[in-house]
Amino acid sequence: MRVARLAAMAVLAVVLLLSAFPALVTADPSDEQFRNDIDLPPSLRYPLGTDDLGRNRMARLLHGTRTSLLLAPAAAALSVVLACSIGLAAGGGGRIAVRLFESVADLTGSLPWLLMLIGLRAALPLEASPFATTAITFAMLALLGWAGPARVIRNLAANLRERDFTIQARALGQGGWRFSTKHLLPHVWPVAAAQFWINLPVFILVEANLGLLGMGIPEPYASLGNQLRDLESYQSVMNKPWLLAPAVLLTAVVSASWIISLTAEETA
Amino acid sequence: MKNLRATAVLVLLSLLSACAGTAQQSELRFILRSEPKTLNPLQVEDEFSELIRYLTGGFLVRINRATQVIVPELCETANLSRDARTLTLQLIKGARFSDGSPFDSADVVHTFQQLLSPDLHSATGDSFRVGGSGPVVKATGQHGVTIQFPQPVPGALRLLDQVPMLSSRSKEGIRAVLGPYMVTEQKQGASMLLRRNPNYWRKPGPSINTLRITYQSNRELEALAFRRGEIDLISQVSAPIWEDLQKALPQQAVDIGPSLDQEFLWFNQVTAGTKLAPQKKEWFRMTAFRKAVSLAINRPDLVRIAWRGRAVPSAGPMPPSNVMFFNKALKPHPYDVAQAKKLLAGAGFRLDGSTLRDARGTPVSFSILTNGGNRPREQMAALIQRDLKAIGIAVNIITLDFPALIERITKTFDYEACLFGFVLADPDPGYQSNVWPSSAANHQWNPRQPKPETLWEAEIDKLMLVQTTSGSQTERRNAFNRVQEILYEQEPFLYLVHPNALAAVSPAVQGVRPTILRPQLLWNIENLKVSRGK
Repeated sequence: MRVARLAAMAVLAVVLLLSAFPALVTADPSDEQFRNDIDLPPSLRYPLGTDDLGRNRMARLLHGTRTSLLLAPAAAALSVVLACSIGLAAGGGGRIAVRLFESVADLTGSLPWLLMLIGLRAALPLEASPFATTAITFAMLALLGWAGPARVIRNLAANLRERDFTIQARALGQGGWRFSTKHLLPHVWPVAAAQFWINLPVFILVEANLGLLGMGIPEPYASLGNQLRDLESYQSVMNKPWLLAPAVLLTAVVSASWIISLTAEETA
Repeated sequence: MKNLRATAVLVLLSLLSACAGTAQQSELRFILRSEPKTLNPLQVEDEFSELIRYLTGGFLVRINRATQVIVPELCETANLSRDARTLTLQLIKGARFSDGSPFDSADVVHTFQQLLSPDLHSATGDSFRVGGSGPVVKATGQHGVTIQFPQPVPGALRLLDQVPMLSSRSKEGIRAVLGPYMVTEQKQGASMLLRRNPNYWRKPGPSINTLRITYQSNRELEALAFRRGEIDLISQVSAPIWEDLQKALPQQAVDIGPSLDQEFLWFNQVTAGTKLAPQKKEWFRMTAFRKAVSLAINRPDLVRIAWRGRAVPSAGPMPPSNVMFFNKALKPHPYDVAQAKKLLAGAGFRLDGSTLRDARGTPVSFSILTNGGNRPREQMAALIQRDLKAIGIAVNIITLDFPALIERITKTFDYEACLFGFVLADPDPGYQSNVWPSSAANHQWNPRQPKPETLWEAEIDKLMLVQTTSGSQTERRNAFNRVQEILYEQEPFLYLVHPNALAAVSPAVQGVRPTILRPQLLWNIENLKVSRGK
């Protein structure tokens, strides 16, 4: 398992490196339209060919991966921070706090994510820049994604409260925020890390789904989601197998994340 | 005896298989992308219901989809009075509905009573209401009918192309039809079967026995079914799918030519009740600004890249294929960045590095709304974004789901520019009376004006009045030619392209004469034949 974890981390590291420095592979900007080079197959000039607007697919793949790999972890981290705060508060609270937590978590968990994101997109002000739109989309993912991890953390916190060392701490008069951060958080931390790795691929896939609906990251920005739209056409994929590159990369990133999350869970 | 039995069985089997083969041979199979919303022919609003109405309905007159000329069907004669207020119809004799009930003037009166009933809320019925009231329809004998309009309606005959006759006597109600086919089987959400009407009034009637229609919204799967020979034809094919079909089955892909559909961009010029920033409102209402943007858009690239060459650049609302109303004097606006910059400079804009600024120094930027999921439209938006960067304008593309887009452009007016398209069913601009008059709801750039806000819109109002009320076809054509000139000069809509109508037809189907008017492949269904090789 350790080997698998190392391999997964290596995959993520390579992907991160290339997407952070796409110039290592291609000097073309991701939004440059080479209008006389429409829909070309792979070549030395364009290693993954060009898309139907004449943009270098390799440049777009690397820039798109950067967008997805920067924002998805940020959103996953935010959702886990929220989950920890809410879960620990509920785990240390009374019956009413638990009831309230369960109701809100149930409600959040039952919300139709995709429809809410589409609705949010429609409600955004027109002046919102593509970057702001992208950031808000991922922030919304984070706000909607806390419920699952919070349940796990609340149950763990409630369990920990019955353990001898926490009973002793409370008997000595410790409570509130200090008790949670000093005595509960160190035990909750590995679980929170595992939840981060679980949320990460989920968020990348939700963005990809939005991209498939044409409502993901706006033009001219690239993301894994809007790259995957080319796979809608069965015939195109059959004729141009290099269109699968974003799917292969996404699978590699998601698989690597899962392997890391599994090993993180085991460690926890 | 044994031999005799075996021979009899063989003969029977071969007869049965011959019958089955014949039945299959005279069946036409195709896909609709959605189930028809209604089978009530008077309540049709979607194109799929419209197709079923076309195939099953009997009409007093029809627009010939190939020549775009009106031809009598269930009428021997149909005359519109000189003042364009009275239609006098002489019906054919001996026609019967599919259930055998006779057709005469009582059925015409009954149909119009139903159509104009306020309870029905029929969109077709609304098009007969001129100045708020509908026509008076009277029988003048068993086969004579007059239709009296309160105001002149020069396009009255064309309106009849939308009204299938209903029986006033049949117990089957709307299921009794006068058209070449009748609906005999319906599987909700899955399929429909249309069978030849045994009492069809025109002899010998269609040669195809049955039309098997299945519903499938996925265009890729529809194309796959066509490639496998499971269906016989596809219309309204998207350019990428058509390109693939052309490569695989070059003889079967059909490019009908520029359709009546329009793709265009417009700026929000609504003056009240909008959140639009004042300086943007000012830019958008400047003719020079709109013209500069138009000149900076590379229309040939839109055609070549977004439509794969299967479209033509637009000069106005009508494509060259509109025989009656295309203004031949107008040519598509050229791609001329230098001229665009010159126009902007003349209007007080200046280039500051790569950013265009207005007279107050505000950087020029705007957002373009379009509907998500429409690939060519999204690609056009990305191309326009890049084109306008060349004159220093920053464009933000916003794709929304369809209802959210409609909400913004028709109710809240919370948008800056919109890239959209119209699908026209009729080449006569008289049917766009909900678009051109300044008071119209679909006068998109500035709808529902209490009185025209600009001189050129006032002129369009006057011209459209002539266009919709004059009894002279030449006068109507001239009036709309001038409307097209004004639109060309003022560019409230920046017309971009007219996409081609693309289709595919199996060699098993003979007699297809594709047209740009819908139903593009099935309009002459009575002349189609299916012969499948063994």
